[in-house]
Amino acid sequence: MTLAPGDVAFDVEFRGITKRFGPLVAVNRVDLQVNKGEFLSLLGPSGCGKTTSLRMIAGFEQPDEGELLIGGTDAVGVPPYRRNVNTVFQSYALFPHMSVIDNVAYGLKQRGTGKAERIRLSGEALELVQLTGRQDHRPSMLSGGQQQRVALARALVMHPQVLLLDEPLGALDLKLRKEMQVELKRIQEQVGITFIYVTHDQEEALSMSDRVAVMSNGVIEQLDEPRVIYDNPRTSFVAEFIGDMNFLSGVVTEKVGGQFIVDAGGGVVIRGHGAASRGSSVRVGIRPERMTALPGSPEQQANSAKATVLSKMYLGDQIQISVSLANGQRIIVREQRASANPVLDVVYSGDEVLVSWDDKAPLLLEQTVPLQSSAEAEQYTPSEEAAVHASTEES
Amino acid sequence: MTLLSEPKQEKAVGVKRRGRSFKPRYPTWLALPALVYEVIFFLGALGILVAFSFATQTGFSQITYGFSLDQYKAVFDPLYLSIFFRTLMMAAIGTILTVMVGYPVAYWMARYLSTYKLLAVLLIMVPFWTSFLIRTYALKIILDSQGFLAKTFGLDIMYTPIAVGIGLVYNYLPLFVLPVFGSLERMDWTLIEAATDLTARPLRAFWDITFRLTLPGIVTGALLVFIPMTGEYVIPAILSGGKYEFVGNLIGDTFNTAQNPPFGSALAIMLMVALSVFVVIYIAVATKEERFGA
Repeated sequence: MTLAPGDVAFDVEFRGITKRFGPLVAVNRVDLQVNKGEFLSLLGPSGCGKTTSLRMIAGFEQPDEGELLIGGTDAVGVPPYRRNVNTVFQSYALFPHMSVIDNVAYGLKQRGTGKAERIRLSGEALELVQLTGRQDHRPSMLSGGQQQRVALARALVMHPQVLLLDEPLGALDLKLRKEMQVELKRIQEQVGITFIYVTHDQEEALSMSDRVAVMSNGVIEQLDEPRVIYDNPRTSFVAEFIGDMNFLSGVVTEKVGGQFIVDAGGGVVIRGHGAASRGSSVRVGIRPERMTALPGSPEQQANSAKATVLSKMYLGDQIQISVSLANGQRIIVREQRASANPVLDVVYSGDEVLVSWDDKAPLLLEQTVPLQSSAEAEQYTPSEEAAVHASTEES
Repeated sequence: MTLLSEPKQEKAVGVKRRGRSFKPRYPTWLALPALVYEVIFFLGALGILVAFSFATQTGFSQITYGFSLDQYKAVFDPLYLSIFFRTLMMAAIGTILTVMVGYPVAYWMARYLSTYKLLAVLLIMVPFWTSFLIRTYALKIILDSQGFLAKTFGLDIMYTPIAVGIGLVYNYLPLFVLPVFGSLERMDWTLIEAATDLTARPLRAFWDITFRLTLPGIVTGALLVFIPMTGEYVIPAILSGGKYEFVGNLIGDTFNTAQNPPFGSALAIMLMVALSVFVVIYIAVATKEERFGA
């Protein structure tokens, strides 16, 4: 069965897209499929290729290699003004010499919509973003948050197939940013347009998106639902970039069924679930909130290690301690202050604590199977290896 | 105690003081030398001109001061009006040509140059550091009937209005390019992306956004060249061979050849009055530009 245009599964599709700027590869053979009506975030540090990807969808940049489909049709070489895609710019890019209503109506005017209709639709768009009564103001007379809303209305009024948002909340203060996150999500659900949202703020991406594509060095490291991204990061980069993560390295000493045991040196033994092969060097990540610390220093065993408290911080709703493990590695433990007497309240720097976690907490991130024979691998002394890792991974 | 009393004092002085309170105060008499200079050499000269214009010529080089409007009436002779008209027309054409030549140059410099931007500004400025007269004579070598253009392309345009036009554009181009370059430099090119994103074709986006936002710069630059062009003396004298006189040449002839300062002064003042109209436009636009902040 052939699909009619506009009846395809994906609103935007990247097929092996590469974009170079001189010697720099900004986007490196990326494949991406954006579902209809979804809120997809491109998340990553600056220079990861997220904005370049967005600009290619908008038509401001053309890919050097690969295929780009918008609504199932080839969009390579199509100029921005012929794409049914609109952008909300980071700087808002409102026309300073035009009133709010003229800004919003600009695109409709280019399309040849009649004046009365233009004003009606623009008024509706402004209502949708909850900015009314400011139609005749110049953008410079509005606050940052209001300008943001105008930029949003100006793009939404076009009813694009895909709305592109390039760090639209970056210039707002924290409180307003949180408000706008809720607003954006509401608007997206209301209009049902596909949103592609570029941000370097992981919290923003996780809280608003249906799916998040974590990018680094021009490639998508992981594309998943926010929950999966956080709970099951597939690469070290994702684990490190999203939330806080403690990393422990060592060698797999045992493998039973779906379980593995890693010796991280200094008597620190990690037991977890995952497909690790015996003798391979691995990197394991454990979230600070998945760890608990108890005062005193009973015997070490698997998934529980002796540690010395280095410092303590109050984060409002949480208490965080930084501890040094027996293998010399520093890790962070965090406790919610939900209970009346948090355990960490009575822990001070210099104290001995026992840090422990359950066997679902460790995430297997990197695995290097040594090139030696398995016999040699068994004689391998893991503690040396762990010590080397520990010295480079202190945060 | 002093710490406490200070805010109180400010409250008492009120809102008016707030804007000025942090500015340093200099003694007024520091402005005196400049003021004296202005009065003697600017207002003084202007006063003499006004006095001349109301005087009457009594015999060769003899002037009787008084309050006569005869000289002004004489300006409205069709012969002189046609020279006024020609001057304004030539200056207008020269200005339009300058805009047409200068705007693309400024646009290219501001949008597409990065490393060589300053060099380009320098190259635009360099001819300006040479004497105006020498530059015009240099142009004559190119335009002359025995010159480069005539010999190579058979274009003998010396002593025509075209030669005068070329001279005007050449001499005043930097005065136009610099303010326009300044306003294009401040242009946020994301706005053009936004316009094309909203389905505007490139030319439409240019017209709606770039042109509109740099219009104050264009008007500033245009008036900056138009005003001195109307007072031009050297270019028509050299490049038109005296065939296409400007008001400036007429004034010069009246003073020097006809030895008639009263009539020359009246012509000069009438030219000033005509130009004042454009200066008022300039000020209006300049104020608007400030408000735009674009």
